[in-house]
Amino acid sequence: MTVPAKGSSRERILARIRAAVQDAAEPPPVLRDYRDSHQPDDPARLLDLLAANLADYRAVVHRCTGAELPAVIGRILAERGSRTLLVPDGVPEDWLSGTAVERVRDHPPLAPDRLDAVDSVLTGCALAVAETGTIVLDAGPGQGRRALTLVPDHHLCVVRTADQVVASVPQALPRLDPSRPQTWISGPSATSDIELDRVEGVHGPRTLEVVLVG
Amino acid sequence: MSDTYLGMPSFPQAKASTRDTRLRANLTHATRTIRDKRARAVAELDDWAQLREAGKRIKDRTLRHLDDHLVQLEQNVTAAGGTVHWAADAAEANRIVADLVKATGEREVVKVKSMATQEIELNEALAAEGITAYETDLAELIVQLGEDRPSHILVPAIHRNRGEVRDIFAAKMGEWGRPAPEGLGDSPAELAEAARLHLREKFLRAKVGISGANFMVAETGTLVVVESEGNGRMCLTLPETLISVVGIEKVLPTWRDLEVFLQLLPRSSTAERMNPYTSFWTGTSDGDGPRNFHLVLLDNGRTDTLADEVGRQALRCIRCSACLNVCPVYERAGGHAYGSVYPGPIGAILTPQLRGTASAVDASLPFASTLCGACYEVCPVAIDIPEVLVHLREQVVERDGPGHRTERAVVRAGSWLLDHPAALGAVERWASRTRGLHPRRLPTAVARAWTDSRDLPELPEAPFRDWWRKSR
Ligand code: SF4
Repeated sequence: MTVPAKGSSRERILARIRAAVQDAAEPPPVLRDYRDSHQPDDPARLLDLLAANLADYRAVVHRCTGAELPAVIGRILAERGSRTLLVPDGVPEDWLSGTAVERVRDHPPLAPDRLDAVDSVLTGCALAVAETGTIVLDAGPGQGRRALTLVPDHHLCVVRTADQVVASVPQALPRLDPSRPQTWISGPSATSDIELDRVEGVHGPRTLEVVLVG
Repeated sequence: MSDTYLGMPSFPQAKASTRDTRLRANLTHATRTIRDKRARAVAELDDWAQLREAGKRIKDRTLRHLDDHLVQLEQNVTAAGGTVHWAADAAEANRIVADLVKATGEREVVKVKSMATQEIELNEALAAEGITAYETDLAELIVQLGEDRPSHILVPAIHRNRGEVRDIFAAKMGEWGRPAPEGLGDSPAELAEAARLHLREKFLRAKVGISGANFMVAETGTLVVVESEGNGRMCLTLPETLISVVGIEKVLPTWRDLEVFLQLLPRSSTAERMNPYTSFWTGTSDGDGPRNFHLVLLDNGRTDTLADEVGRQALRCIRCSACLNVCPVYERAGGHAYGSVYPGPIGAILTPQLRGTASAVDASLPFASTLCGACYEVCPVAIDIPEVLVHLREQVVERDGPGHRTERAVVRAGSWLLDHPAALGAVERWASRTRGLHPRRLPTAVARAWTDSRDLPELPEAPFRDWWRKSR
């Protein structure tokens, strides 16, 4: 903790704030009368909505059963021609049983230029938000540190539909731990900076593929 | 207020930029496109009005107890391994950041677009200390390489078209690092690829990153950055040291409050259900991201703004830029005309408050508006911009008295409009469509500065131009 000197900017700013608001009335209370979700409580429809919204923002969406997952992962990597796959700790071994690509592990932690040389990264996620088409990573098991899903150009993300899909932002936040670093991903990196023409992929992975399993 | 510096070229810059028909065409295209998309994104949520009211109230309650929330934020950032610094003005913030960078022994930093660091002209201050700051947002890169100024909060290079961007990249990238590829074309995809290659080498070797933040959560010590391109993630994740410069008004009390603002901001700003990337971090994390995190809390005129009963609502602003895209004056005049890093309607009320109206230029800002009310309607935190404008006009006049400097400020704003026929046409058109919203009288002495009578001119019977000429 910074110990402020007397008359420091900290004390001055706090004193100025107190002087500025001392006569202000207490503003009205916050009414949280907005919706908790904009969707009917129907898991099948939520899943369709998630798939549609992910695709709308240019993620490539796959759907399969748990039994099909290894083959789907194998096919995606083969079609892309990936030779190396970054695998964070905690990715279930059987997800990889359908592919022979070289696995790259993050220990000891890889330098950024090593991450840059990897073809693809495979992760799970913390949860997915249907209304916004968002995947949330929180550096939990099977996700790795943030740089792993940032530097490689191809991110393959598996969502367990049984317990990882929520309808809305208000439903997502209570399930997340603020002390963990989080990245919310809604489609691949994009820019509209030149004449408002949308271009997918600037600095993050230019291809985001999401597999909805279950 | 004398220490508050917002980095402002003088108002006459407007003349050159407005006469540029290409700029006007680009801006018109941009503002209309975003406006229509935004309306659709907002219409998807049938509880938008409730979200907007909640956003407004959360901000108002936060500002009322801003001291408590900042102290709590400081405690939680510190407990999570960060270091908190307090900067009363731009000079102090720049000094803190420069010293932190120097302490790392580095001479280069990568930066993610931030209004606060533009406001304090951090890049220039670092350059004076021999430190090079690389802007990494595509639009900011275009602005930086083109030795230019941003013209829009959200799309700062909207005044450049693809051919110009290609020329800037081809000519300038080599001076800053990896040159543009041979035979670079002008498709946005090719230009984005050139930026990716140019910046990647900088990201991969960067040791110090500098950012702002969209939100800070007091109860958890969490900072949030909302972005599209991934350059933010690069700057927030890869360097060993991260320095975030954030205005004190960006704090929110609770984690839950984000459920309101993460719905309001993306839809209102880029017209998306959610922007591609949002990063959250709380202090430092073992083995993930920067080992050192510094938060610089910036006042720079915000406490002055907070002291103004009417004007303090400007501190609710979440910088979505929706008010720019609906403003008839902005659409015709362009962002450079406002002469500060905050253009458009929000700039017209924020700049004079942050910096005061001591200069004739700043005193004229509250007058460069039509009071049509479109900015208020679209604002996701319900800032009544016309109300603040009228209030600031009153202040200018009350302090200086009618005539003299005030008159000059009004004349200045008025002649600025007359110099820009397209802007004036828009003003007239909007004014006639929104007659019901105009006060028949401007409060107190302001009106005397505009006309001899205290009545506002009838619109549109007395065309503005004629009325103006007669009344001079
Ligand atoms: S004033 Fe309102 S509409 Fe304008 S940028 Fe700020 S939040 Fe957005």
